[in-house]
Amino acid sequence: MSASTHSPVLKHHFEDLHQQHASERLGMWMFLATEVLFFAGLFAAYTIYRMLYPAEFEFASSKLLWSIAAINTLLLVSSSFTMTMAIRSAQLGDKKALARRLLITAALGSGFMGLKAFEYATDFHEKLVPGELFQSELVSADLELNGMTAEQAAAYKFDDAKHEHWAQELAKHNFGKGPGDEGFISPERVQLFLMFYYVMTGIHGVHLVVGIGCVLWLVVETYRDKIPPENYSTVEMVSLYWHLVDAIWLFLMPLLYLAGAGMHH
Amino acid sequence: MSIVIADSSLAASPPPPEPEKGASNYLNVTSGFWSWALTVDHKRIGLLYLVSISLFFVAGGVAAGLVRINLLGNNPTEHILTEDQYNRAFTAHGVLMLFFFLIPAVPGVLGNFFIPMMVGAKDMAFPKLNLASWYVYMIGAMFAVWGVLAGGIDTGWTLYPPYSSRASHANVMPGVIGVFVTGFSSIMTGLNIMVTVHKMRCPGMTWGRLPLFVWSLYATSFIQLLGTPVLAVTMILLGVERSTGYGIFSPELGGDPLLFQHLFWFYSHPAVYIMILPGMGVVSEVLTCFSRKNVFGYKAVAWSSMGIAVVGFLIWAHHMFVAGISYYAALLFSMLSMLVAVPSAIKVFNWTATLYRGSITFQAPMLFALGFVVLFTVGGLTGLFLATLGTDIHLHDTYFVVAHFHFVMVGGMVLGYFSGLHFWWPKMTGRMYSDWWSRVAATIIFVGFFLTFVPQFVLGYHGMPRRYPNYPAEFQVLNVLSTAGASVLGVGYLIPAIYLTLSLYNGKKAPANPWSATGLEWQTPSPPSVHNFDSMPVVKCGPYEYAVGVDQMGRGLPEPPGEGGGPIHGYGKTGPAGPMNKETEVVG
Repeated sequence: MSASTHSPVLKHHFEDLHQQHASERLGMWMFLATEVLFFAGLFAAYTIYRMLYPAEFEFASSKLLWSIAAINTLLLVSSSFTMTMAIRSAQLGDKKALARRLLITAALGSGFMGLKAFEYATDFHEKLVPGELFQSELVSADLELNGMTAEQAAAYKFDDAKHEHWAQELAKHNFGKGPGDEGFISPERVQLFLMFYYVMTGIHGVHLVVGIGCVLWLVVETYRDKIPPENYSTVEMVSLYWHLVDAIWLFLMPLLYLAGAGMHH
Repeated sequence: MSIVIADSSLAASPPPPEPEKGASNYLNVTSGFWSWALTVDHKRIGLLYLVSISLFFVAGGVAAGLVRINLLGNNPTEHILTEDQYNRAFTAHGVLMLFFFLIPAVPGVLGNFFIPMMVGAKDMAFPKLNLASWYVYMIGAMFAVWGVLAGGIDTGWTLYPPYSSRASHANVMPGVIGVFVTGFSSIMTGLNIMVTVHKMRCPGMTWGRLPLFVWSLYATSFIQLLGTPVLAVTMILLGVERSTGYGIFSPELGGDPLLFQHLFWFYSHPAVYIMILPGMGVVSEVLTCFSRKNVFGYKAVAWSSMGIAVVGFLIWAHHMFVAGISYYAALLFSMLSMLVAVPSAIKVFNWTATLYRGSITFQAPMLFALGFVVLFTVGGLTGLFLATLGTDIHLHDTYFVVAHFHFVMVGGMVLGYFSGLHFWWPKMTGRMYSDWWSRVAATIIFVGFFLTFVPQFVLGYHGMPRRYPNYPAEFQVLNVLSTAGASVLGVGYLIPAIYLTLSLYNGKKAPANPWSATGLEWQTPSPPSVHNFDSMPVVKCGPYEYAVGVDQMGRGLPEPPGEGGGPIHGYGKTGPAGPMNKETEVVG
């Protein structure tokens, strides 16, 4: 007790380290509760529209790059493991292992963001972006089918690609159908899904970048000897946040990438 | 009596001597710009909030004045504002008053200042986060001010799309960013208060001995934590839609503008409890102190705060009865809305019972608190008209609604805030303000308020819609009456600004416990020293042992300020526990 009272990591307004750590832990959990509510608004909105427009969400989801998302999931889950191991190193006062594990964690997180950036770039290249890009791509595919009969359109091979581009597939699927017809996949609602995709992964990405920043800050603090074993809870606080960002991805991944799993061939 | 005095012999002990004033207190210990800009002292942060919210109160008040002056005439030839400017004026009034005054007012000023002192702590659990919350608040406020000054926002404070996202040519984006950013300051304050109440209580300060102000801010923080993030994400979605032209609320994509209203009110309805609950906490403190009685039904008042916080989350769609939600949903939300009246009524009944046969004196804090009880009751009861499906169809979006929520927000919350400010001003500044002028101001505010908003009930009942600059000629008398009342109200607000400022320069030095109150915050010198308490306080008693005449540390109380004398006159007339003992029998 008296030893901890004189600890250099004890802040002046706390009585002892136990009170300090308990306060930090409670505060962090409350912050995580606000984060859950923050994403809950998005999840609620997503759920409503997915119930309303299942076919469009399934179609749009199947056009996302699920393989990148799968690798990213692996990276993030691994990073949560190394983050937890870092807490153990902090408890043992093993500075070298602590810094190493934190750096691996940050590297895995950065790998996620790098792949995510590549994925966004590919999506833009494919013009899977709500707005003019999306519409012009669809219009040109529609024009190519213009004047054909239904049989001709169904059998038509777009020449320039190995796989059918999403706009070509959508144009063929909707050929001869209009809004309200059975089986019609509304291009507008497909864009609605894409709005969710960009907003949800974008906000998640911002959270992850903040997380990487916090982990790198811990590395600096480790080298400055600011994380002695009795102050390991600092690492624990960052890890709580890191796990939350990880956990949110575990919800985003199936909602966004696997919603159209039935359409992968 | 549920609250047991640990050592009854303490009841007879004399009041503690005036705490020795050290050479330094929290105000003069350091000086200079950076000592304030980088302070982590919860008391100084409270004062930073006090200065900034006062500025926004004035700004929002000016906007309200413009609206009321414009409504003197019933057609465009008599108006001082164009219709476009009128839209911007009432939006500025709503945005500034709600997000930058009402929500941070009591938690930011009085909560920051007094929660740590009331629970016997040296500071908030996270002092740096506390300072950050003020900076975040100011950054958000700057965005909103930018929006208001650079052309204005014309959507109304509710920012409904598709108007706010597509149609409006006004400066909506800065407003959206301002509301988004300020939300985080609200979350930080709420989180800090919750953790402080959980983890920073001094020995003996059990949950059952927490002052009711602490309970009410705990309930407030609960709403701030769970509601504000939903507003934040809603503002992001709105901002994306406004800036890209595509979003999940746009009907062109199959989106539903009604979804925005659901998400918005999921925060903004509980937010009205963020605004009113702290006022209820202040009033619970003040009514007991100036009745010289233990509060009636401590547990009921404490738990009703939590009840309001929880039930308040389940009633948001009563703002949308005529927006096209299903009848069954409307029925459910109507029933739940009436349910929230129960904990509110529990409070009012308990306050009334607290007053019953109390030794009441009418200093300014008490006058404001009594005004709160009257006006809040009117505001609450008229809320039931709006929770009823049938009457709401008639009254929706009329001046009846405007009058209803001003009775709760201004009649309730602003009076509650003024009550708290007058109650704790001597502690915060170490100075007494003018007793006579403060009573005059309380009376003028009460009268002016009534005159402003009672005509609006009548106008709304007769069908005058809110947010319209033009109206039929037969409504003009009531509108002129309302504007006259607003002028009286404006004078009423001006008077405290003057005498409170003057008190800083030539007010009498305040004693440690000018109202003879029981809370721990009065056991420190006025103004308090940097670390609040010289040694860790130990709590032995419940929060309101006025009848026995002991404070929470079990020591005797100084003589309460008598009627007629100034607040610091009248020491030593009778013993601390003299005439009040009889009241214990009545209550118990």
